[in-house]
Amino acid sequence: MPFEEKISWVNAVVMAIVPVAYFVIMLGRLGDTPAADISYQWPLLIAIGASIVLTIVGSILAGIGTGISAELRGRSASTEIDRKDERDKQISRHGDLIGFSVSSFGMVGVLALTMLEYEYFWIASVLYLSFVVGTLVGSVVKIVSYHRGF
Amino acid sequence: MGKPTRVTNRIRALRFAAGEMTQADLADKVGVTRQTVIAIEQGRYSPSLEMAFQIARVFDVPLDDVFQYPKEK
Repeated sequence: MPFEEKISWVNAVVMAIVPVAYFVIMLGRLGDTPAADISYQWPLLIAIGASIVLTIVGSILAGIGTGISAELRGRSASTEIDRKDERDKQISRHGDLIGFSVSSFGMVGVLALTMLEYEYFWIASVLYLSFVVGTLVGSVVKIVSYHRGF
Repeated sequence: MGKPTRVTNRIRALRFAAGEMTQADLADKVGVTRQTVIAIEQGRYSPSLEMAFQIARVFDVPLDDVFQYPKEK
């Protein structure tokens, strides 16, 4: 598996776990608290911070795994990790483009909520969801492209 | 994405003719990942013209000996 594909897996897994935990907790609070009174700021910042940290840790682990695997096969670890060819770049661009398009649709929803003067909680949630879904879709597109052909 | 290329190639045969060169060896010579060589061999990826020339140069053959494009019926 190319190192770039491993990074896509890390992104996909992190974007599937952290936001789900955030939304389960926050939507659970809606049961007994009005949306306007929900204190979402710190949980959201923690979720974003956790995503960044987990992505960095996952990427480091992917690098270590790739390096060990390369050395066992008698190949240069740095070459295996650093090598990024035209196909990797095309797949990356393709995934990012689709992910960005998905996020853009979400932004329209954010705009609508803002114009309709919804509570900040909903605006922040949809904004975060747009970012998350866009990143997740982009990562999945990259993984599928690596396997089905590009 | 996923659209099969009409470009065919003889990379596998050329590798074997060149002393059973491995996909990893070819990838190293061209400067790409082994997965990209596999994708090209299996017709899942059409390389750029520049990469196609680099592959042909590794085997020291003309481009047409490596890649073929069938005529429209």
